Amino acid sequence: MKKNILIQASLAALIFLSALSCRKTQQGEKAASAVTLLNVSYDPTREFYAELNREFIQYWKDKHGQEIKIDQSHGGSGKQARSVLDGIEADVVTLALSLDIDMLHAERDLLPADWQTKLPDNSSPYTSTIVFVVRKGNPKGIKDWGDLVDEGVQVITPNPKTGGAPRWCYLAGWAWGRRAFQGDEGKVRDFIRRLYKNVPVLDSGARGSTTTFAQREIGDVLLSWENEAHLIEKEFPGKTEIVYPSVSILAEPSVAVVDKNAAKKGTSEIAAAYLGYLYTESAQDLIGKHYYRPRNPGIAEKYAAQFPKLELVTIDQEFGGWEKAQKIHFADGGVFDQIYQP
Amino acid sequence: MGFTIAYLSLIILIPLAALFIKAAGLGWEEWKAILVSPRIIAATRLTFGLSAAAAGVSVVTGLLVTWVLVRYEFPGKRMLDAMVDLPFALPTAVAGITLTAIYGKEGWIGSHFAAAATWVKETWHPAGWIGEQINTWANFGAAYSSLGIFIALTFIGFPFVVRTLQPVMEDLGKEIEEAAATLGAGRWTVFRRVILPLLVPALITGFTLAFARAIGEYGSVIFISGNLPMKTEILPLLIVSQLEQFKYGAAAVIASGMLIISFVLLFIINLLQRRLDWQNR
Repeated sequence: MKKNILIQASLAALIFLSALSCRKTQQGEKAASAVTLLNVSYDPTREFYAELNREFIQYWKDKHGQEIKIDQSHGGSGKQARSVLDGIEADVVTLALSLDIDMLHAERDLLPADWQTKLPDNSSPYTSTIVFVVRKGNPKGIKDWGDLVDEGVQVITPNPKTGGAPRWCYLAGWAWGRRAFQGDEGKVRDFIRRLYKNVPVLDSGARGSTTTFAQREIGDVLLSWENEAHLIEKEFPGKTEIVYPSVSILAEPSVAVVDKNAAKKGTSEIAAAYLGYLYTESAQDLIGKHYYRPRNPGIAEKYAAQFPKLELVTIDQEFGGWEKAQKIHFADGGVFDQIYQP
Repeated sequence: MGFTIAYLSLIILIPLAALFIKAAGLGWEEWKAILVSPRIIAATRLTFGLSAAAAGVSVVTGLLVTWVLVRYEFPGKRMLDAMVDLPFALPTAVAGITLTAIYGKEGWIGSHFAAAATWVKETWHPAGWIGEQINTWANFGAAYSSLGIFIALTFIGFPFVVRTLQPVMEDLGKEIEEAAATLGAGRWTVFRRVILPLLVPALITGFTLAFARAIGEYGSVIFISGNLPMKTEILPLLIVSQLEQFKYGAAAVIASGMLIISFVLLFIINLLQRRLDWQNR
């Protein structure tokens, strides 16, 4: 019995000591290393931010003579927001939905409620939209949303309950339905129900759907981010075509400084400069090069050929903001759940 | 003793307690609303049903494979033996993607399977539930359906059966078989009356391990299942979809429900095993 107590005590001491030493090394590292920014972002921005970070590091060095490092983290937008909530010390977040950044305020008050007013254009330096990708030659003759519910058409789109991009797809379809059926909610709902009936595989994220469509060659049409659609054309040349529907949604991925984390790490100034840099002409040009729609009118003009004009609705005008759309469409028992109810 | 308790607390008890505390944050009404919703019920049936089926099939095939690995000598046997462990080592996402590639419509096996299903469909025009399944198989091969989930679960559960069975079978000397044979028993009788009873406890353990593993499997299944609500959604996916809405409480409730069912099932299996052990003695 005595021996047991001894072992227990030494075990407790061991745990305590190791916890202590952990804290010590963390503090030590912070003092020694150069300034490092962590940008927590969503899936398809990987290549864009890799290039932007190189540019910004150079810019900051030229201007302030200070060496900095920028780490990036990518994943589904919601999952990324959760990891920031759970304690990843992100200085800035650049996510797919403003709703995900709102959660950082609502759950842990990591940034102020009015974060979206801190930067121009709703704090979204680039926009994108949802387009169709079809097989070469468009064998099923898909021109617009209405063609997606035809008998025998297979639509590939991910599950709106498990990702950001899929919610944009769903809402874009809804916006078209409203116009096509003159606002008859019942008919719009029926359209969406028939649309998802034609979906044979609901992947859990945008990249998953892209793989299903492009690599596994399942389905006739993929609902995709505009920039991903261009990436597919690059990866699988001559196998797909992009079709622009008459109406789609203006996706405004948003960026914000995570004030509490930045203040704690003493990076507030750099973090703000980093996000501000996204609005400069050279960054806007990079944005266009990566198939995102630039906000800067001059740069947008330059890439006009790459981005055909179509009617784009915003989430605020059409759906009264993310919070409301989330509650009506994607919450448990919401419209999306109902269309799968037998 | 002290170490065991401290260690178990750190890695099992404390995290589980945290889970239940989180789930207890929601009232009884909310628990009920979450757990009896049609999607959860459909997913529960699918998850536990397919896990049991996959573990059951693994028991039969595992018994055969182990028998061959233990009793026969042939070139390449060591390689084969080592290969059994691969599903343990492979990241589950890789397993899922690979299985989808092979069993999907464009894959080596999936393309033949789809052709066969198309033939069945056009020759017999089956209706009802079977017709629906055949239709899916004709369109997508063995992937993107409950069959796909079953394949993934079999893949990840199979090594558990082989590895629990192997040492027991190796200890099983040939003498008892020979003794039985001299007493006039045929081969089938020897297997059924002498060998099988000795293997049953190990088979049950293998089944339990494969079953428990399959219930919690997420990584490989989401790639091959198609994730259609009410049809091919597994419970862990519903947990993730709750987390995606920042509903930690609801996710904890589903997880707790899963744990309780699993615990009860495993407990029953354990009891069964005890009784069998006792009978054999």
